[in-house]
Amino acid sequence: MFVQVSEADFSQQTLYDQLLAQCDKPAGAIVTFTGLVRDFNAQGPIDGLELEHYPGMTENALLQLVEQAVSRFSLANAAAVHRIGRLANHDQIVWVGCAATHRHHAFEGACFIMDTLKQAVPLWKKEYQHGAAQWVEPKASDDQAAMAWLKKIQ
Amino acid sequence: MITVKTFAQVRELSGCGQLQVPFEAGLDVASLILRLQQQSPAWHDALEGTVLCAVNQTLCDSSALLNENDEVAFFPPVTGG
Repeated sequence: MFVQVSEADFSQQTLYDQLLAQCDKPAGAIVTFTGLVRDFNAQGPIDGLELEHYPGMTENALLQLVEQAVSRFSLANAAAVHRIGRLANHDQIVWVGCAATHRHHAFEGACFIMDTLKQAVPLWKKEYQHGAAQWVEPKASDDQAAMAWLKKIQ
Repeated sequence: MITVKTFAQVRELSGCGQLQVPFEAGLDVASLILRLQQQSPAWHDALEGTVLCAVNQTLCDSSALLNENDEVAFFPPVTGG
């Protein structure tokens, strides 16, 4: 399991190789997700964004989610990477990888990490638009997606 | 002492990213918020509405009791991913 929080861009191939190399049982399926910076919001085109985070807690919170995913879905390995700082439109911003014996668990693990990340990891986006910057409001649909995973536990 | 950290809108509204607050026995998050809000209109506005709190980097609610040397962070709902 590994997490990274960094201003630097990442290579999907390098992360995939690391995920596979560190599997604790032979994997039959690997699901990876990559998020990119969208070039628009509800008000129109944007000019990139800036990500603030809580150094230390961000890494710990990501690691907790990765650990939960491994134990909950019996994954062979899982990892999460998030970028911070100033990002341009279309830049890679987040990467999640899950390895499992069967694809179903790998898909579920990746979904779980992404949905819960949007509620439990201290990261905040500020979008640049028309020369001004504005904090992104949390989406109700993101809250509901994270809550759905919590309900499944009970 | 308690170390208070703020992020995103809470940092901008309060105009302060980090400060030290004297610890006293029985202090909980709710009374820390009250104490900060009495400090200035900026702090009052910064801690109004939906603000999340983490004590020693773990999300907590306002009834959480604080200890000497705790790190308490206030921030808005998160928007990563």
